Amino acid sequence: MRNIKEERNEAWRADLRAQIKVKERMMAPRIHMPEQDAMERSHNNKEVNLGLTAEQAIVEARRCIDCPDPTCMKGCPVSIYIPGFIKQIETGNFLEAAKVLKETSALPAVCGRVCPQEKQCEAECIYVRSGKEPVAIGHLERFAADFERESGQISVPEVAPANGVKIAVVGSGPAGLSFAGDMAKLGYDVTVFEALHEIGGVLKYGIPEFRLPNNIVDVEIDNLRAMGVKFITNCIIGKTLTIDDLKEDGFKGVFVGSGAGLPRFMSIKGENLVGVMSSNEYLTRVNLMDAASDDSDTPVFLGKRVAVIGGGNTAMDSVRTAIRLGAERAMIVYRRSEEEMPARKEEIKHAKEEGIEFMNLRSPIEFIGNAQGRVTHMVLQVMELGEPDASGRRSPVEVPGETETIEVDEVIVSVGVSPNPLIPSTVGGLKISKWGTIEVNQDTMQSDIPMIFAGGDIVRGGATVILAMGDGRKAAANMHAWISN
Amino acid sequence: MNKIVSKEYFSENVIKFEVEAPLIARSRKAGHFVMVKVGAKGERIPLTIADADTSKGTITLVVQRMGVSSSKLAQLNEGDEITDLVGPLGQATHIENFGTVVCACGGVGTAPMLPIVAALKAAGNRVITVLAARTHNLIILEEQMKKNSDEVIVMTDDGSYGNKGLVTKGVEDVINREKVDMCVTIGPAVMMKFVSELTKKYEIPTVASLNTIMVDGTGMCGACRVSVGGRTKFVCVDGPEFDAHQVDFDEMLMRLGGYRDIEREEMERFTCKTDSKH
Ligand SMILES: Cc1cc2nc3c(=O)[nH]c(=O)nc-3n(C[C@H](O)[C@H](O)[C@H](O)COP(=O)(O)OP(=O)(O)OC[C@H]3O[C@@H](n4cnc5c(N)ncnc54)[C@H](O)[C@@H]3O)c2cc1C
Ligand SMILES: Cc1cc2nc3c(=O)[nH]c(=O)nc-3n(C[C@H](O)[C@H](O)[C@H](O)COP(=O)(O)OP(=O)(O)OC[C@H]3O[C@@H](n4cnc5c(N)ncnc54)[C@H](O)[C@@H]3O)c2cc1C
Ligand code: SF4
Ligand code: SF4
Ligand code: FES
Repeated sequence: MRNIKEERNEAWRADLRAQIKVKERMMAPRIHMPEQDAMERSHNNKEVNLGLTAEQAIVEARRCIDCPDPTCMKGCPVSIYIPGFIKQIETGNFLEAAKVLKETSALPAVCGRVCPQEKQCEAECIYVRSGKEPVAIGHLERFAADFERESGQISVPEVAPANGVKIAVVGSGPAGLSFAGDMAKLGYDVTVFEALHEIGGVLKYGIPEFRLPNNIVDVEIDNLRAMGVKFITNCIIGKTLTIDDLKEDGFKGVFVGSGAGLPRFMSIKGENLVGVMSSNEYLTRVNLMDAASDDSDTPVFLGKRVAVIGGGNTAMDSVRTAIRLGAERAMIVYRRSEEEMPARKEEIKHAKEEGIEFMNLRSPIEFIGNAQGRVTHMVLQVMELGEPDASGRRSPVEVPGETETIEVDEVIVSVGVSPNPLIPSTVGGLKISKWGTIEVNQDTMQSDIPMIFAGGDIVRGGATVILAMGDGRKAAANMHAWISN
Repeated sequence: MNKIVSKEYFSENVIKFEVEAPLIARSRKAGHFVMVKVGAKGERIPLTIADADTSKGTITLVVQRMGVSSSKLAQLNEGDEITDLVGPLGQATHIENFGTVVCACGGVGTAPMLPIVAALKAAGNRVITVLAARTHNLIILEEQMKKNSDEVIVMTDDGSYGNKGLVTKGVEDVINREKVDMCVTIGPAVMMKFVSELTKKYEIPTVASLNTIMVDGTGMCGACRVSVGGRTKFVCVDGPEFDAHQVDFDEMLMRLGGYRDIEREEMERFTCKTDSKH
């Protein structure tokens, strides 16, 4: 563990602080992330954010005043040592900055891109309290991680001598990957089993290339391979092999990171029409199967008037994919107002710049199709905001009698996912909540069956990359303690 | 990994493969299927596991050439690898001794019916298989069905072989002749629809194995959804077999046609490419 107070008092940090007055630091405006032009990027699949240059990163790093009590860290679910890595950037020690990040985060290049920073670390930055834009922690995190990767000097973490203990991981999303990395470091013989033909979970099949390029995830996977982690694709635990089979094969511990893969629908009239599909189906076709490219055998509809139902990241990813695939009209239909949208602020902003229409306070009540069963229209109920509900958000209520009918040829339903039922339904004796999540001891991530630990969306129901990753790391530390006993 | 150890032609367009897949061979049951993908940019398609040999560690697939993906698989030879193969998926067929069972199949449904016929026979049922096609040369797997059934009735639309008439006529003839306890039907959705309507009239419990469009085959996408008894079900995890009398076949038919135009285009492109190679 770091002693944050002591480190802050180290001579180099004190000197750095003394170089520029706090007041001066706080006067500097936040550096704007360079991005592809909106009209251009809405027709290609390349990453929207281009990344800070070294100069920009240093200038932004200077804004951080190296607080004695860094509140930003409280906003980060895994307490990344934020001033520690930012001050390394300020002095130009980018590789050192990356090292600080990797002490806590297994996937900093990913989190720097996809964390909802405005609700986490950046929300707690001291700047916010003085009404200023927070330090761009996420952008700096991405910068340091990208710099390390592009420098070709990625350090393969030191791995303890092999202890010969076999550990199985179910699922290769962020929870499984971070767990696997930590266990490999401790000398365990780790095998990751993945149901699909690709490794990476939602990072691969869900989040699109224009937000998180696949090669960034692949580098992390190669890194794990270099540490000795084995990957077996096309293997479904509970179907191809059971947990009992794994036990018989000598596995001493199992970590379940099987995610939330079950799409929810709304059960409204016309939902099974042709052209109405879940965002999982749409994004899987496009991202995992590469359906939009000519040499792929998997087909995908290229809708001209596409409506996406929902207001989360998945909805934004779907609607922005639709416009990239040639939609003339791409719409978000959301039952509350923009303020309540769960998506990252940056994605909403980017979507608007790209020409996405937002139909807020609207809720579909029916889809209408033609003689061939293809969707042609949707009927929307107009809503207004009422009293706050259990989630603290003002809940939408119908405005009686007010509906709208809109022409569509593709509808993507993005109203949430449920936990993947495969492991819960095939492992007898596992304690399952009424939402279908696996119940674990919150401090250790251990389930009722001692050899089974779990984390990520299968435990939380649907969360974020950083939370899933944090669970994986916590489970690794605790499984190690349990096995060592 | 998934090496093809043998290939045999049942007819020009129906091919049997034995594929190395020891884990699947060990855990599969009748009615289970696998998802198969050929090539890096291939499509994931569902295929029923027709048989398995646990000592050799192989499974048997019977594939009928339909469009691009089944044709790509059909082009593979002994010694080739299938890029991706995952399973066993779906719920196993509920097999017991029902008494007399009529198995009505045709077209795409004939191959997946084979293991069910075999399992029903092994459980002691009197199995009458009705094998249907438009015309004589489309009748497949007759010999294999004969080996596993008490009787095989062949129906052709044009009367070029067996009896003249649709599959429903074959089934109804049996019903009129003897007591039928159970019916299983697999084939094009229209066919299953009519078989189901027929057996409903006679109040014979009927199971249909639905061949909807699938993407992942593991319950993640919902592409395979159908309405059964007014509720949405995912064929890949809740099925593929359902109480036929509860299935909304009209909706299923509509959904099956969803990608027809794109598929036709792809097949034309694929055929052009393959032709130009010769
Ligand atoms: C489109 C989309 C956009 C998102 N955007 C963001 C974002 O911007 N920021 C953010 O923080 N979060 C985002 N999220 C949420 C985030 O991706 C998830 O919270 C996170 O991926 C959960 O990680 P996980 O490891 O628990 O599961 P997953 O990433 O879901 O991985 C689970 C893996 O397990 C495999 N699996 C399941 N069952 C089995 C089995 N029985 N045997 C073998 N393998 C199995 C699955 O195939 C899958 O690959 C987004 C999610 C989606 C869908
Ligand atoms: C659970 C399950 C088990 C199956 N088992 C087998 C099996 O053991 N052997 C086998 O040969 N096939 C089986 N099928 C069907 C097989 O998956 C499809 O034939 C295959 O996906 C076709 O892909 P394609 O790209 O070659 O043809 P496509 O290009 O997808 O289709 C070509 C033409 O065939 C039609 N078509 C495609 N699929 C179907 C279908 N399922 N029903 C009716 N018409 C269809 C299309 O509308 C199109 O006109 C099974 C399907 C399911 C869901
Ligand atoms: S991991 Fe996410 S929340 Fe934590 S500091 Fe980095 S960007 Fe912020
Ligand atoms: S709260 Fe803001 S200024 Fe203070 S240490 Fe954290 S990032 Fe720097
Ligand atoms: S094929 Fe995707 S859910 Fe059934």
